[in-house]
Amino acid sequence: MYDSGKIITGLIIFVVLFTFPFWYNIGSAAYKQPKLELPKDVKECVESKEFMRTEHMQLLNEWRDMVVREHIKDYKSKLTGKEVVMSLTKTCMKCHDNKAKFCDQCHNSLAVSPYCWDCHVAPKGEK
Amino acid sequence: MKAIYSLFLVFALVLIALIGAGGLGLHYFFGVIVPYVAVLFFVVGFILRVVRWGKSPVPFRIPTTAGQEFSLPWIKQNKIDNPSTTLGVVLRMFFEVVLFRSLFRNTKVELYDGPKLAYASSKWLWLFALLFHYSFLTIFVRHMRFFTEPVPALFQWIDKVDGLLQIGAPTLYMTDVVILVALMYLLLRRICVAKIRYISLPADYFPLFLILGIAVSGIMMRYFVKTDVVAIKELTMGLVTFHPTIPESVGTIFYIHVFLVSTLLIYFPISKLMHMGGVFLSPTRNLANNSRMKRHINPWNYPVKVHTYEAYEDEFREKMVEAGLPVEKPLEEQPSESKE
Repeated sequence: MYDSGKIITGLIIFVVLFTFPFWYNIGSAAYKQPKLELPKDVKECVESKEFMRTEHMQLLNEWRDMVVREHIKDYKSKLTGKEVVMSLTKTCMKCHDNKAKFCDQCHNSLAVSPYCWDCHVAPKGEK
Repeated sequence: MKAIYSLFLVFALVLIALIGAGGLGLHYFFGVIVPYVAVLFFVVGFILRVVRWGKSPVPFRIPTTAGQEFSLPWIKQNKIDNPSTTLGVVLRMFFEVVLFRSLFRNTKVELYDGPKLAYASSKWLWLFALLFHYSFLTIFVRHMRFFTEPVPALFQWIDKVDGLLQIGAPTLYMTDVVILVALMYLLLRRICVAKIRYISLPADYFPLFLILGIAVSGIMMRYFVKTDVVAIKELTMGLVTFHPTIPESVGTIFYIHVFLVSTLLIYFPISKLMHMGGVFLSPTRNLANNSRMKRHINPWNYPVKVHTYEAYEDEFREKMVEAGLPVEKPLEEQPSESKE
């Protein structure tokens, strides 16, 4: 091989960079899905657990638009048919009263930084 | 037709993942075995390909001389486009790899008013190629949030900057839009420009459609057909820690996305996509133009068996003299004969 010094150095840099996820995780504990602190006294959310897992961001975004831009205040649950007030602080955070033990768990794990808290004030954790 | 074949090939790949992972439920195969095989194939294939290139000798300096070469002291040399030193080559390679300088020099040839030939600068390919490659790089680096725990600040920061516009929830990534626009340009360029369509092969269309498929499936997964992203992280972290697990709530769209990415990884070392490694090895860019300063000896020169004229004359002198041919050294008189 010609210029083997340069080519092999380049290949080593390539392999080290590409395999970053493999060597970065050596020695760290196996990843477990974050445990969320669920409300004790309430059994169900406004929608099903599966729906909330995948669609909560879109739901909140729609709520924001409905309330702020269209002045619609109530949301009819597709799961129970109950009407709830569309409010992050008054409805969601009434049950999920600890941002650090609920919202942040998954968001931190996935490097998501929702801008809810640019305007909203998170409850401090006490009831 | 070549474009249609490539498009249907990508459709077929989606269908394989859709039926295999979605219909038949082969989650372990599509979520663990295929990605592992693909990564292994990619790394080993990449190395083998580069080593094979490294084995070809480059006996002579063949840089493209894109500027004034090193000459007399009062003639100004273009030190980057026609470098004669290692530093110049390093700078040239930097601009080539990071800013696609060759594409920047792209020109358009046109005939107008009958026989008049005109050359004009054409920067569109350079612009969209740059947009595409940097979007792809950003997207690739962004994905590291699925392979690290806790996510290092660098990746969090890239994620934040990419979603800076704060449009919708989940926030719209700028690179998602840019890569689609750039890919559409690169594709339409091949389909609409007759000269380029003429030289385009399935090997040109297929990677475009494949990467388009990857981008679209990823965008679908993030904004439209959502799936449990925490479960996905459990799967991906399982892969990189060699403890593969298949959580139940991962949707088919994820397997489609991963299958297309795996196809890209496998296709990579056996295709033109190897320009990723090849750009560093292109002898028209990475050689200094110093043919007139240094002697470059052909590495495959071997000792040639020579038969010099002196030896030739020694061998045939008698016959040459007999035939009346001129000789450099006269025929020696045989000492024994003269005495007799």
